[in-house]
Amino acid sequence: MSPLAKLLEAALFAASRPLTVDELCSLDPQAGEGTVRAALSEVRETYATGGHGVELVEIAQGWQFLSRREYAEAIDRAQFTLRPRRLSPAALETLAIIAYRQPVGRLEVDEIRGVDSGAVIDKLVERGLVEVVTRGEGLGRPLLYGTTPQFLEVLGLRELDELPRLEELSVALRPPAPAEPE
Amino acid sequence: MTTVPPPVAPERAGFVVELDQFSGPLDLLLHLIREDEVDITDLPIAKIADQFLAVIDELGLNQAADYLEMAARLLRIKAQLLLPRRAGDDEWEDPRAELVRRLLEYQQIRELVDWMQQAAARRAEQFGRGFAPEPAAAPPAPLVIELNELLAAAERVIALIPEPMLHRVVPRPLDVEGATAKIEALLAGREQLAWRDVVGARATVVDVLSAFIALLELAKRGALKVHQDGAFGPIVIRREPAREAA
Repeated sequence: MSPLAKLLEAALFAASRPLTVDELCSLDPQAGEGTVRAALSEVRETYATGGHGVELVEIAQGWQFLSRREYAEAIDRAQFTLRPRRLSPAALETLAIIAYRQPVGRLEVDEIRGVDSGAVIDKLVERGLVEVVTRGEGLGRPLLYGTTPQFLEVLGLRELDELPRLEELSVALRPPAPAEPE
Repeated sequence: MTTVPPPVAPERAGFVVELDQFSGPLDLLLHLIREDEVDITDLPIAKIADQFLAVIDELGLNQAADYLEMAARLLRIKAQLLLPRRAGDDEWEDPRAELVRRLLEYQQIRELVDWMQQAAARRAEQFGRGFAPEPAAAPPAPLVIELNELLAAAERVIALIPEPMLHRVVPRPLDVEGATAKIEALLAGREQLAWRDVVGARATVVDVLSAFIALLELAKRGALKVHQDGAFGPIVIRREPAREAA
């Protein structure tokens, strides 16, 4: 591997969270973004082909070493690590609405879910999955929420656009078709 | 020893639905629609509304509001559908439209939830570095304290307690009404009374005051006349003939 690739490998090994390309660029002021991306590919290839237990994964707008899936069960059983708490259906519903409607206020979430979602949103904020991104224009300038990189990390997504498109879902959000004039 | 009677399961006809498994009224509605295998865009409102009401019958109070609001909405739609409408009325809008739109929207969210659940499960198969269990919150250190310090602290706390305000509650001292009634009763039987007759032999200061005020009040009203021959002489109380109303 090139010296830059080895530097990135060391940094990614040391970090306990995904590192963004910007962060990785700061390791070597001489290296431009293109060089860093090329070096990242080099590291990834090395781990993908060299027979390793970990792989370099692009996740949550950054890069991170993760253990390979085939070892999930064994690692889980040995309890070296703590499984993240699972999200309740209410939390996932709220997350889905916020992910697709962001920036979105509580009222809109309540309306779509048909129940008061204040407490659920508070919990999601506490877990760092959503955050206040701005304030709305309406009465009282309501807080508007959006998802965080942590949200992408929990779902293993690189970017928000990896979420399924609404039109890909089997139920399309269409009002009942107006009766065609006969 | 008391024995706790075993909880009696309430007998319920038909299907039983645990409300806890639903994340809200829309979720419950979708469940009913799927159970009945009916077309979501052509909701049999009357049937669904009845089932919905049956389910929320034994609702806990904390959840009730959201479900009751939906129940009210269903009943309103049901009522609107029953209203007659003119044939060829272009203005007529299906009262179910708004609910159907919300249900479709909600169903879409549920599909996203399924997708996200799978994504999260897949992500959980890989472990990042340093994902150590969070250390349990350390218990507070055992308290080391000298007796003197404890006493000083207790004194400081006690000093902060405000002096208690004590009120002595006493019965109403003067009983003018009582004395008035007593004098009137006495005069009803006799034409003339001595002061002693009114207050008795062992009158307290309060009794004397009450009787005296009552006496003056009655004299003012013209119910009696008070007469005293000389200073410190015996006080004589005489009934005044009831005057005719002017």
